[in-house]
Amino acid sequence: MQSLLINLTGLAAIALTVWWFWLTSKGKSTQAVGVDETLEILVKDGVYEPDRIRIEAGKETALHFRREDASPCAEWVLFPDLEVSAQLAVDQVTEVAIPATEAGEYPFHCQMQMYRGTLVVE
Amino acid sequence: MSDRPSTSPKTFRLQGVSCAGCVKKIESALAEVRGVDDARVNLGDKTLVVHGDARAQDCVEAVASAGYGAEEVQASARELREQQREDEQSHYRQLLWRAGIALGLGIPLMAWGLVTGEMGVNNTTQQIAWGGVGLLTLAVLVFCGGHFFTGAWRALRHHSATMDTLVALGTGTAWLFSMLVVLLPQVLPESARHVYFEASAMIIGLINLGQALEVRARGQTSAAVEKLLQLQDTSARVIRDGEEVDIPIDQVMVGDRLRVRPGEKIPVDGRVVEGESLVDESMLTGEPLAVKKAEGDTLTAGTLNKNGSLVFEAEKVGADTRLSQIIQMVKNAQSSRVPIARLADTISAIFVPSVMIIAVVAALVWYNWGPDPKIAHMLVVLTSVLIIACPCALGLATPMSVMVGVGKGAENGVLVRNGKALQQATDLDTLVVDKTGTLTEGAPKLTDIECHGDADTLLKQLASLESRSEHPLAEAIVSAAREKQISLADVHGFEAITAHGVRGEVDGKKVLLGNRKLMQREGIDPGKWTAKAEALAEQGRTAMYAAVDGAMAGIIAVADPIREDAQAAVQRLKKLGLRIEMLTGDNRATAEAVARQLGIDQVHADLQPEDKERIVADLQKNGAKVGMAGDGINDAPALARADVGFAIGAGTDVAIESADVTLMRSSLHGVADAVELSRATLRNIKQNLFGAFIYNTLGIPIAAGVLYPITGMLLSPVIAGAAMAFSSVTVVSNANRLRFFTPSQITAAANGGEK
Repeated sequence: MQSLLINLTGLAAIALTVWWFWLTSKGKSTQAVGVDETLEILVKDGVYEPDRIRIEAGKETALHFRREDASPCAEWVLFPDLEVSAQLAVDQVTEVAIPATEAGEYPFHCQMQMYRGTLVVE
Repeated sequence: MSDRPSTSPKTFRLQGVSCAGCVKKIESALAEVRGVDDARVNLGDKTLVVHGDARAQDCVEAVASAGYGAEEVQASARELREQQREDEQSHYRQLLWRAGIALGLGIPLMAWGLVTGEMGVNNTTQQIAWGGVGLLTLAVLVFCGGHFFTGAWRALRHHSATMDTLVALGTGTAWLFSMLVVLLPQVLPESARHVYFEASAMIIGLINLGQALEVRARGQTSAAVEKLLQLQDTSARVIRDGEEVDIPIDQVMVGDRLRVRPGEKIPVDGRVVEGESLVDESMLTGEPLAVKKAEGDTLTAGTLNKNGSLVFEAEKVGADTRLSQIIQMVKNAQSSRVPIARLADTISAIFVPSVMIIAVVAALVWYNWGPDPKIAHMLVVLTSVLIIACPCALGLATPMSVMVGVGKGAENGVLVRNGKALQQATDLDTLVVDKTGTLTEGAPKLTDIECHGDADTLLKQLASLESRSEHPLAEAIVSAAREKQISLADVHGFEAITAHGVRGEVDGKKVLLGNRKLMQREGIDPGKWTAKAEALAEQGRTAMYAAVDGAMAGIIAVADPIREDAQAAVQRLKKLGLRIEMLTGDNRATAEAVARQLGIDQVHADLQPEDKERIVADLQKNGAKVGMAGDGINDAPALARADVGFAIGAGTDVAIESADVTLMRSSLHGVADAVELSRATLRNIKQNLFGAFIYNTLGIPIAAGVLYPITGMLLSPVIAGAAMAFSSVTVVSNANRLRFFTPSQITAAANGGEK
């Protein structure tokens, strides 16, 4: 009885992990949030919020990051494909200028890639 | 503070603001100030941002009239850095405290377990005692490790899993299991009634300690940018209405006249209008010798004025200065992607969930097929696997090395555009070099003058004649005369004979200067001079015949001299395994002479500018990895075509824009430095990636218990925690080793120059 229970729990845990981290996050991707002047991207506890950001193609855009996490992981935000990076100050809003870009999806993340987000250029 | 209107928004730090009501009051007070277009208070960080051209003083008064305090924030990049330093320090101390408290509980507990071996729960007394310890551990988990749990939770909500997830799961599972043992020992077999509170506390402590060390080590990786930032001065001495006033640097405007005294830094880019001095530019160019600056010469912000007083006019200020652009470029390059890291990127994206699955599978295997005590083994394996896996090491491997490597390059006057260029520079096998300005000085000079009589007399005659000519070689002769302080005479009847030379009357004598065809045309027999002229031509010099009053007077030779360090640099590049080819628009004889002297095997002469790109493309077609070094003026297409384009001399902004690597110093040594640096950086990245990869591929199976058949024991979760905490510190420290990189050849003066 006990062994059945433990095995089932284990299998359920695996299934949940696969479902939650890989299947749902890919399929039902959250709506990208459009950028306006007031949008602040919160950098806290391992996530960017919002983490999908929509900007217009072919137009220079400014993103505002507010870092509330003092851990070193949060210090840099990198847009490797755009060769843009910024050092974020703790408890402050840092403006990051994104140059005019072609349409597409560009990931951005911290140096360790624990913080992750996507820039959707349309 | 500034009384001049400016259009950029002003930021003020507010005092005494605490509620939404205050916000309203302040904003409406400011709305009445003249020149304020928009004023917005941010309650979160207690700041006020004012748009429009209102005077700062007026804004402060308006806020004061509303009953609050305000001061203008001069948020320069440097202050921001300093503030970040402070934040980093306090974060470091906080982490140390957390580590200390957690270890303060964990170490005695572990010692107790090792000494007495009594970690079991078999009677009520033990239940109560361990229950107390359990609550203490919970306090430690919340107080010292709370951020892991909140982080894990937030990440979870976003369908992502981070290192926090692993730590939270590992320590949480150990604690929950131990509590189960304490509260309901009867549901477990006797052999499994063992508590693991010490593991939870130790892991939290060790990981906090590891993070603290990491914060420290990371601070050093940006040392190079910091050094560049420190080159920026904070104030400048501006001459206004004939008086010298010190003003903050961000108030200097284009067109301002500034004074720099000996020993002071040049505050902004500009052009000298008065005075003469030696300026040390080594911090930007790596060029050890100070450069002489006089009226009309350009000055670069961040360089050091050595001995004279200069007055100059500001041409570029703020973010437009070359120093600011360099800093920005270095920052961007530091964050760019290196192709080699693609695999690591892919792995780290799926890493954490994979580890979670592996942990559960391993635990189930031990439960179903392992030896007794099954439940205890299951728990240890589960916790150890979760804790030992380190996504950080994998993720940090590349960015840390690139950060240090690119920064180190900047210190040596080598600006790398991005990670891709850095990687491509490592496996170049052919270097195409533009001759003029790269291998040679780029300005022809008089090298030889041979004659029957007095050389100075002849030089005077020829220079006087040539002073009327516009031929590039003429310039060399005139300046040679000027250097010898020979005053020029008047010229009568000057005539330039196309493709032959020039003639005219100097001091009543008929002087001819030109090639052999000119002498033939005039019926003058060059005689023995022909042999001398040919010998000079073989050395890559352009020889010209001079005749005075219808008789041969001598020959004079002009050449674009080879740069002093070119030969050594070519040798160095060859030693690095590069085949060197020379490109030039010059004639073949001259080109080959230069190539011979420098030891270059392949020469492409008589080229039109557009040929250069074709030659690079042809080489690439044959499978060569081609680097191209040029001054970026007329070889921009070739620079862009090459796998790595090195712009030498950084003379033009265009070059900085288009080249993969910009060398601040006009020397081919920079290319060798760049290649060495990129190889060192790539080696470092590979070490890091290899280390992180091996660590995880060995660590996870060991934690899962593959060594049990040999050692007869499982890896303790505490050891797993220690290993994980120090693996990322190791990666960062290894990257920091790159800071000790020095190019294989630095001139003696450079050793004594900067440092």
